[in-house]
Amino acid sequence: MHEGRSGVNAALVQFKPRKGEVSANLAAMRAVFAQLAPGEPDLIVFPEAALTGYFLEGAVYELAMDAPTMAARIDEQWRASGATRPCDVVAGFYENVDGTFHNSAIYVRCGAPEGVHVVHVHRKMFLPTYGVFDEERFLTRGRRLSVFETPFGSAAILICEDAWHALMPTVAALKGARLIIVPSASPGRGLCGDDELESNARWKSILTSAAAEHGVYVLYAGLTGFEGGKGMSGGTCAISPRGDVLQSAGPLEECVITVRLDRDEVDLARATIPLLGDLSAVLPDLWLDDEIPVMRRLEEHA
Amino acid sequence: MSTTALPVIAAKADEPSLAINPELTARWLEAFLRDEMIERRGIGRAILGLSGGIDSALVAYLCARALGPANVYAIRMPYRTSSPSSLSDAQRIADALGIHCETIEITDAVDGYLKHAPDADARRKGNVMARMRMLVLFDQSARRGALPVGTGNKTERLMGYFTWHADDTPPVNPIGDLYKTQVWALARHLGIPNEVVDKPPSADLEANQTDESDLGITYAKADRILNLILLGYRDPAIVARGFDPAEVKLVRRRVDTTHWKRHLPTTALVSGTAINEFYLRPVDL
Repeated sequence: MHEGRSGVNAALVQFKPRKGEVSANLAAMRAVFAQLAPGEPDLIVFPEAALTGYFLEGAVYELAMDAPTMAARIDEQWRASGATRPCDVVAGFYENVDGTFHNSAIYVRCGAPEGVHVVHVHRKMFLPTYGVFDEERFLTRGRRLSVFETPFGSAAILICEDAWHALMPTVAALKGARLIIVPSASPGRGLCGDDELESNARWKSILTSAAAEHGVYVLYAGLTGFEGGKGMSGGTCAISPRGDVLQSAGPLEECVITVRLDRDEVDLARATIPLLGDLSAVLPDLWLDDEIPVMRRLEEHA
Repeated sequence: MSTTALPVIAAKADEPSLAINPELTARWLEAFLRDEMIERRGIGRAILGLSGGIDSALVAYLCARALGPANVYAIRMPYRTSSPSSLSDAQRIADALGIHCETIEITDAVDGYLKHAPDADARRKGNVMARMRMLVLFDQSARRGALPVGTGNKTERLMGYFTWHADDTPPVNPIGDLYKTQVWALARHLGIPNEVVDKPPSADLEANQTDESDLGITYAKADRILNLILLGYRDPAIVARGFDPAEVKLVRRRVDTTHWKRHLPTTALVSGTAINEFYLRPVDL
């Protein structure tokens, strides 16, 4: 964090891993760190499955690692990059938790004098298992959406389909998140759009709606590159708490988006359109509505 | 309240579209070729059979754009009954792009086998020619260190209108998820000569053969019906959109009876480690 400035500098990395080659991808991560370190970033975000590629099928059991190992490897790259100050890094990875496997993203503080620190691990809750997707065949879903503290303030991580369910950013914002980080790996489809893939246009719509409704920054980092004919569609972007796209990348090239996150912007957006406050007030009535099936089921189990 | 009639604004019909943004599509497919060939397989040269038809012409254009014309090898493989215009159209494409082009006649090889199969009908002969072309293509691939690139489009793949383990064998195919009408749109955008774009598509296995007479339906109609089938619409819903029930049935039957042509051979599963059943690995790991 920069002294005296009410915000943080973030960098979003549109990354193209070599499939299954963890060491090579860590080296590429180190090169990105070396490029970004002179700009003194506070937060660097990599996409989902950044060190392995997304479609692994059964090889996920060979390439998954535990969170402390993932954190240590990222921290090694940061320290080896020539960086002289700490930085927070988010990256998606396949996580092995004592033989249970998750699609996870880690938030890790790198380069600190006291050593590497795992701030948070989010385990993807919505595992797409339809069409081209087969996640739940190999992975176990996460069971909790938590908010954690960052230099910018409270934040939450949603991985790919997590963010497609409007309730997820809503819950994150209600829990206090002012920043939502979305590492993603989205196979691009739909080529009839004006200037971008239909799937990327859909993403923009979802992310800008979530940001504007709740007054949160949304940082989206997308994987790029083809995997077995399926093109990961990049689309890395930064969305302001008013729902404006501050910057976005195309689908195909590796790149970095840098963005300044201003704390005041969250407050101003919420003051102008206080939807989150309105929701907080009305939510008990919604949840207590006995016509919502999930509530009935909870009562049956009580 | 106004006493005059209110203006009525009708919503557009919810017809799934086959429109493509051709420049976006071209860039996407070129990136596919570069990633899958150079980055994944370490091969920067492409080889393809150039028939003189629009599918292989389009793939030649995409390869030339993605890899550079000097890295694209086109092989013309005529049989003695092939149309001379196919040969000249193929040459026109190669000349326009500045790609390598070679002609390897398959007549001797095909007739050498057919001497032992005097009862072969047109269908069998066509399959022998298609498989001979693939044999030549793969051998030339080894000779030149170039990766065979497929030219089958989505319509013919869905209709089963190809020779199994022949046209479908190249390890990468940039146009296999494009319907024929989308192939036409992309070809026009890329400036493929009108003589190639506008001529009736033909497998050119027999004189005066055309795809649409073989299939019994135009590509324009088949593509829209196929798209609706793949999106999950049942026949009555497709007919309700104005299609002839007989044509819907024809297309549905072709799709339903050719699933096997879009799969690897069926293998008896006897273990808990059966390949592609229990032992699951992506192609690019």
